[in-house]
Amino acid sequence: MSEELQSGIVKKFLYINRRAPHGTNYAQEGLEVALIGAAFDQDVAMAYLDDGVFQLKSGQDTKAIGTKNFSATYRALGDYDVKLVYVERESLERRGLSEDDLMPLVYEDEDDDWEEKPLIHVVSAGEMQKIISESDVLLNF
Amino acid sequence: MKFAILVNEGPYTHQASDSAFHFTQAALEQGHQVIRVFFYHDGVNNGTRLTTPPQDDRHVTNRWSELAEKHDLDLVVCVAAAQRRGVVDEDEQKRNSKDANNIADGFRISGLGQLIEAGIQADRLVTFGD
Repeated sequence: MSEELQSGIVKKFLYINRRAPHGTNYAQEGLEVALIGAAFDQDVAMAYLDDGVFQLKSGQDTKAIGTKNFSATYRALGDYDVKLVYVERESLERRGLSEDDLMPLVYEDEDDDWEEKPLIHVVSAGEMQKIISESDVLLNF
Repeated sequence: MKFAILVNEGPYTHQASDSAFHFTQAALEQGHQVIRVFFYHDGVNNGTRLTTPPQDDRHVTNRWSELAEKHDLDLVVCVAAAQRRGVVDEDEQKRNSKDANNIADGFRISGLGQLIEAGIQADRLVTFGD
């Protein structure tokens, strides 16, 4: 690890995902950044809005379009020390979705006897705005 | 100010790489530091030396290479995105037994950690994409 990384700087990284899981590969490669980034001991959160909410839809099946179904990878987020996944309520509602349509993502809370806790927090557009403005590094995919 | 630049689109189809170039050049001319330019997604296609645009158009790749040489700029192409899209340096050529490489002068291939590291070190990470 390089000298700079031993400086102990911890920033709030927010990965903003706005696109559907398929049609383009921004979602897949965006997720790869988040997982790699987890190794850097930064404060990491994910945000899903606009068509990005489709990325978390349960029961995805890509057989008919012949692309890789990487949706199971989202379940790894909790293992990579991501404890906050924000989903914008308005984006869900506009697409006829609710939290029940999303994959049940969890993390194990090391401060609470490794109890499994939900990763997904559905927030309003106003709350999302606040979350974005309070983050240090934004990566949009 | 210390900037890090992220380029998410390839040359010509999208203006992102042009805008990133102009931003980077302007920042450097004004005495700012650009600690790294990271190429991700189709942005990795900015780093192939085989591009040959018509002579009356800008040469997006060469322009980056020249800026890198002039300012000792760190141009990093994401290895995972590059492998998907066939952007290859000598090491990658050997590692994956390919018959050629195509990385342009001034570019190097490395991991996504370089993007995260740039985000940590820079005062601002500026993304150019679609």
